[in-house]
Order: sequence, then structure tokens, then C-alpha cells
Amino acid sequence: MVASEPAADHTESGDQTESIDQVVDSAEPEPELHGAPVTTSHGIVVAHPHRTALVALVATLRTGGYWQCLDVCAVDYLTHPGRPELPGSVVAERFEIVVSLLNHRQRSRLRIRVQVPESDPSCPSLFAVHPGSEAPEREVYDLFGIVFDGHPDMTRILMPEDWEGHPLRKDYAIGRIPVQFKGAPASR
Amino acid sequence: MTTTETTTTETTIGDTAALDTTALDLTALDAARDALTNDDSVLRLGELEAEERSGYQPPTDEGTGERMIMNMGPQHPSTHGVLRLVLELDGEIITRSKPVIGYLHTGMEKTGEDLTYVQGCTNVTRMDYASPLFNELAFSLTTEQLLGIEAPERAQWIRMLMCEMNRLSSHLLFMASNGMDLGAVSMMLYGWREREEVLRFFEMVTGLRMNHNYIRPGGVAADLPPGWKDAVRRVLDPLPDRLAEFDILMTGQPIWRERLQGIGVITTEQCLALGTTGPILRSTGYEWDLRRDMPYLRYDEVEFDVCVGTYGDSFDRYAIRLAEIGESIRIVRQILDKMPPGDFRIQDKKVTPPPRARIGESMEALIHHFKIFTEGFKVPTGEAYVAVESPRGELGVYIVSDGSGKPYRMHVRGPSFVNLQTLPHLMKNTLIADTVAVVSSVDPIMGEVDR
Repeated sequence: MVASEPAADHTESGDQTESIDQVVDSAEPEPELHGAPVTTSHGIVVAHPHRTALVALVATLRTGGYWQCLDVCAVDYLTHPGRPELPGSVVAERFEIVVSLLNHRQRSRLRIRVQVPESDPSCPSLFAVHPGSEAPEREVYDLFGIVFDGHPDMTRILMPEDWEGHPLRKDYAIGRIPVQFKGAPASR
Repeated sequence: MTTTETTTTETTIGDTAALDTTALDLTALDAARDALTNDDSVLRLGELEAEERSGYQPPTDEGTGERMIMNMGPQHPSTHGVLRLVLELDGEIITRSKPVIGYLHTGMEKTGEDLTYVQGCTNVTRMDYASPLFNELAFSLTTEQLLGIEAPERAQWIRMLMCEMNRLSSHLLFMASNGMDLGAVSMMLYGWREREEVLRFFEMVTGLRMNHNYIRPGGVAADLPPGWKDAVRRVLDPLPDRLAEFDILMTGQPIWRERLQGIGVITTEQCLALGTTGPILRSTGYEWDLRRDMPYLRYDEVEFDVCVGTYGDSFDRYAIRLAEIGESIRIVRQILDKMPPGDFRIQDKKVTPPPRARIGESMEALIHHFKIFTEGFKVPTGEAYVAVESPRGELGVYIVSDGSGKPYRMHVRGPSFVNLQTLPHLMKNTLIADTVAVVSSVDPIMGEVDR
């Protein structure tokens, strides 16, 4: 975990590990970052907030130097319901939204993984904090069917508007679309 | 380089304190962000609705005057593929706009889940088809991070060589298309001519002009062929003179400047809020280049400058790319001198296929060969994100592995996709005639946008 790791690249994420150390209570087994449990993955700090705390966490991190939200994407863990790498207090759900943040001053990255249940596939939008999350969030909506509350334009972006289903879900078959051109073979 | 008469300042690598972030503070960032979210420059209209409503819009009760909604593209020579722009016009002025994308969407991320890590590079290389080697590099670095391996020294340098040559070809392509978009049609020929020389070198090394599948997890597909140094020099030697020609043809031209200067202006704060990276971010004077600031491969062992602009307009974005061609030449020349001997791929039988000659004499080699090409190698459970500086900005690959031979999820953070969000803000209150100049200066590659 972060607190016990001697921070291999201390020059890059020095301040980051420090701030985590400050919030970690020695009695607590789980390290935290602004109230969210924290793990590390290949040298990058990963925070696991509840989805209701996502926007507040990202806003706090932004004031702390994480100015750029580079990416929002999602993962469908349909076939992997339990995930051992998650901190104990986090309940694994089917969907996960992954947010990548970048701190230019400390030259460090931070990742946020938010659990989104299958029964209510929605998550607060980061648009008000990082307007650059608009297109990536639309992509997640389009391909996974996760609705972002507070997003100004929650429409499909890559698939046609009248498309049915969300292709990157694991229960969406790869399938083929019949080619409708004259002379094309009906099916392969 | 006598490229730019704009105050293109340059900083050298190793000068880590050079990134001047003191000029930026949170209040400025907040103001820019709030302005972006409230400036009403994005036309929030569905793609079908935009088609139906195209044409004359009567004045509204709220006081908005007469407007015209126009669909530009997806079939338009200047849209660099299949980008469709929905424009709302007040006379000749663009009031609101929205890029409509997805015309080239082929579900490559879904395909990626069905291909092994060995096959993965053949998929990702088709995303940003103007700089395919960067896609392969980001994918390979992420896979290697999950595997916990690192490519040998020579492979790192070969990768750097190929990527910088690719940056050359990508920026030369930009020179060609940007020139043609703005009416400098002869640039189209010159840019493609220079790019063709680079592609000829790629063909010599990888066997293919594009979509190489050359950089693979564990190293590169093959060692550099004999005579590669001469081939590189044959590409590089005429370039400085040609760049000087470009300068005469474009940079100093009053018409060229009139068309680009002050067109499509963006600020650093806006870029940061929109997640913009690459030449667009640097054109605002903000020095951020992953090669220098978060070095990967061996970029910390070569000298180069990070080129930045001042005004954040289309001209700066053009000038930066022209200057970056010079910097790439500089890097490649250093690589020629520093290329170390050694393996071009990792000697790990589980990751690297055995040499052809071994298969005939060793049963084990045959088994390894068979295993790697049928089910691929297994990657330990975990998730990783690695980003590289592509010619268009931060190109990142996020892979989730469940311990099998195929990625459980493979996501590509394409710089073009994110950078395209700047378009409505760049085009706000500009003339419709400048649309092409602005789109061209953002340099989107639609294969990467739509994936």
C-alpha cells in the first residue's frame, strides 16, 4: 500500500505520498486520500471513492494540482464480480468508471475507480469540474449505458443515435451486422 | 532552424524547473472553466435533429436573430476523413457548432478484447493511422508494465528511432494537408514527397509503409536491417533544405499569415480545462511534453527542445509542428550515434517467439512457438495505464487483465478524440471561411477519434 511503500519514484510523486501519509491514521489499516480508500497499481495511486463522493474528490484534487482530467472510461466486470485488489471497504459492482488525472507540477498521475451497480447504472458527471470530460463521458454512456447525471448532452457519440444496446458491455455479442449492399454475400 | 518569427521560446531537456506554472493560478483556471461551460459555443443538437433542422432558423422570442444551421461534412476534403460539423451561423459568423463523430467507428476496443496480446498491436496500429507506431508503442508499454518486463536497451532505442521518424512523417503529412486546406496546393505535393521518403524507410525496416505491427510487447519485431543508418541519413539529409523551402513558401507569406494568425485562439487555462494536450496545449505557451516531463524509453538521454508558441492561434500550432520536425531530426541524429548493440527483443521464452532456426531443432522451441501464436502469453491480473507523447498529444492505453491471454478491457485515450472538444470554442465568432483553417490546425485523425 502507499504508506508502507518507499515510493520508488519519490521525485515525481513525493508530495502526493506525503499528503496520503498525513491522512492515514496509524491505527487504520486502509490508507485514504480525502476520505477515499487508496491502493497503488504499478506505481500509480488509485483512489476508490463512492460514486456520490466522486465529484467532490475530483474537485478537491483539482485544487491540489490535478488540473487535467485526461480520460474517463469504464470497465464491465460482468464475469469478474469479486476483485481482490479492491480495498476492503469498497463493494465491487458490475461497472467501474475509471478517471485519469494528471498533475503537471508534481508530474504525477492519479487514477480513480468508481463502482457503479448494474441495477442503477448512473454516476454524477464531472462536467462542472472538468469540461473536458464531456466527450469521454458521452462515449461511456454510448458504449456502456451508464448515465452521467448533470451532463449537458447525454447522447450517443460513436454509435448512430437510433442504435439499440451498448456494445462494450460484456453481454453484448460481437456479432455481425448484415451487409446491405447489392451483391454482397448475405452472411459469412 | 530559422523557422518562426513568432516568439517561439524553447527550453532544453533536463531543465526540470523550467515548467512555469507560477503564472497559472486556480482562480484563472476556475474563471476559464466557468466561461467554457457557460459560453454557449456548443450547439447541443442531436445528429438526426441537426439534419432535419438544417437551413433557415427564424428569430426566437428570447431575442436571438435569424440563424442558419448548416451540416458540413462528413464528406468534405478538408475534414481529414469523416468529420461532420454542425454549424449555426449568423450571416457568415459561426455562433455555435458541434462536431459529430462516429462515422469511422468500427468497435476497435471491442475487437481488442477478442485478440491476444500478440495480435493486439495489429489492431491498435490502425487507430491513429498517421502515426501507427505510437499506438503500438503505448500498447506494448502497457502490456510490458502488466507483465513486469522491460524491453532490452537496443529495443528501446530502436523504438525511439522509429517513433521519431514517425513523428516526422506525421508532421510532414500535417504540413501537406494544412497547406492544401489553406490553398497552398503545392505544399500538398512537397509534404507528401518528404513523407514518402520516411515511409520508404519504414518499408525497409518493417516491411510495410503503414500499420506496421513492428513494436510488440517485449521489444520490436525484427532488428534494423543492414544499411539502416545510410537509409536514415538519406531521409534526413535533404530535410533541412526542404524545411527552409517550406519557410519561404508558407511561414513568411503574408497571405499565409493573414489566414492563420489570430484565428482559432485558445488559452492555456481553456486547454487544461478541456483536457487538451500536444501541440494545441503547447501553442498557448505551456511547456508540457511527456518526452521531457515524464520520460519514457530513453528520452532522458537525448537532447531536444520543447517548442511552444505564444498566442495559441492556428499559426502557432503550424509553427510548432514545423519546429518539431527539426527537433525530431535532432533526436534521430543522436540516436544514430548512440544506438547500442544487443537484443532487439527480450529473451523470455514465454513472451518472445523463438527464432525460426530453433523451431526445426528444438521441441521446446516448437511448443513455445505454437503456444504464443495460438493462445498467446498470459498476462498477470491487474490494470495499467501508460501514455506516450504522440504527434497529437497524450496517447494512453489502459488495459485491464484478468490473467488470461487476452485483455479483459483495452481502452485507448486518443488525443484527437479529446482535442476535438476544443473545436466549438476555437470556432466561436469566427468566419465560416476560417472553419477549414481551424479544423486543419487541430489536426484530428478520425481513425483515432472514432476507433
